[in-house]
Amino acid sequence: MRLGLIIISAIFINNFVLSRFLGICPFLGVSKKVETAVGMSLAVTFVMGLASVICWMVQYFILIPLGIGYMQTIAFILVIAGLVQFVEMVIKKTSPTLYQALGVYLPLITTNCAVLGVAILNIQSNYNLIETLVNGVGGGLSFTLAIVLFAGVRERLEFAPTPKALDGFPIAMLAASLFSIAFLGFSGLFSGLL
Amino acid sequence: MINNIIWPVIVLGGIAVFFGIVLAYASKKFAVEVDPRVTEVREVLPGANCGGCGYAGCDALAEAIARGDAAITTCPVGGAELAAKLSVIMGVEAGSMEREVARVICCGDKNNAKEKYEYQGIEDCKAAEMLAGGSKSCRYGCTGLGTCVRECPFDAIHVVNGAAVVDEEKCTACKKCIAVCPKGIIELVPVSNKVRVLCKNLDKGKSTMDVCKIGCIACQKCVKACKFDAIKVENNVAKIDYSKCVNCMMCAEVCPTKTIYANFADRKKAFISDDKCIGCAICKKHCNFEAIEGELKSKHKVLDDKCVGCSQCSVKCPKDAIEMK
Repeated sequence: MRLGLIIISAIFINNFVLSRFLGICPFLGVSKKVETAVGMSLAVTFVMGLASVICWMVQYFILIPLGIGYMQTIAFILVIAGLVQFVEMVIKKTSPTLYQALGVYLPLITTNCAVLGVAILNIQSNYNLIETLVNGVGGGLSFTLAIVLFAGVRERLEFAPTPKALDGFPIAMLAASLFSIAFLGFSGLFSGLL
Repeated sequence: MINNIIWPVIVLGGIAVFFGIVLAYASKKFAVEVDPRVTEVREVLPGANCGGCGYAGCDALAEAIARGDAAITTCPVGGAELAAKLSVIMGVEAGSMEREVARVICCGDKNNAKEKYEYQGIEDCKAAEMLAGGSKSCRYGCTGLGTCVRECPFDAIHVVNGAAVVDEEKCTACKKCIAVCPKGIIELVPVSNKVRVLCKNLDKGKSTMDVCKIGCIACQKCVKACKFDAIKVENNVAKIDYSKCVNCMMCAEVCPTKTIYANFADRKKAFISDDKCIGCAICKKHCNFEAIEGELKSKHKVLDDKCVGCSQCSVKCPKDAIEMK
């Protein structure tokens, strides 16, 4: 039950992109086509899940026992950067097709603040290892949901009769803000339970 | 106090070393062998990622070339110079490759072509095309709204007085403008070609004359004037066979509507060097314009007023005695 709540909370109520405003850069940068958006979000979901778990271990098995919890941010960034590099190598070797499809987005995940965000939020919420994994994957899915939906909207925006001054990026920003307002509607969900 | 500094350094250093070792091991274990030529080829490619070659970008082309799937002349931007570099890397012959440029086959600017209505829609040729084929009376002509201008990554095409014109210096023949032009009036032509038919109107002469001052009326005068069989009228519009055209500009001279454009200032004249000429009369025989005089075994002379600069004498001269200036 608690795990279900965590995943629904991560995806809808506290959507990483639309409610917490994390990972805005890839959200706006890679959302021009649904295809690339799906590829990007798959990679992000994978890295977020893995990074949550490893960062949790680093926090509780290394930083806390040594009493240097304040080094959290820099240690997590180190872990995430190393992890992304590792994932890139593995994918390149095992699945060249997936590597081709993801292209430049793979190394870009290092700079996606949603990944660091989920790792830190797991610690702040005092989750255990299982909950951390669920929250990490849920965060990835929330990124997937937001970016894929948004990519669909942007594909249609290309053909929409927009005012000239708003053509292109400005109208995309407006659409993103409307998205965010729409997701605000989920905020009352389960408010009594969580 | 000192512990506050030492422990973080040890821990972070430890994590970094751990990941360093893992990554170093992974890079050996998961190493993918890449053809070293891919990197070399990629380095000499222009890197504009224009897609003119038909591949996704310079990286994709570099791989295709290294695999041998693409010819080394595939990149239209780098041209012959690049092909020479690639031939060194790949160890294959470059072959000859003439630089091509895009050319807008229409000169229906505001002075020449009549407007049939005032277009006030969005600045886009495709949009205008949907509204009764654009605002020009000629349905084959350039709409002049500059979709090609916005597409060109090299700033090589501009709308001048209502019709697009290619800047041949900057054009790299990437074909992007050709792909977006809804009228299909942009073509690639060899850059050495100086004579151009600037009309694509397939209507009969009378209807063409009604819509544009400078349209081809298919009068066949150019066909008769061409001594090299290089120009033909098909579907009511003249077309030059660039493999046969020698830039003599005779067609442009006779064209009554000036649809065929040639810059007469560029016209070259033949000059026979007296030192080298042996009086073999081969040049005289090959001149289609009776512009060379002189008897056998005497020095020949070019009649400047008759020479049109077709350079056929220069090509045929066995002693290299004729120069085109």
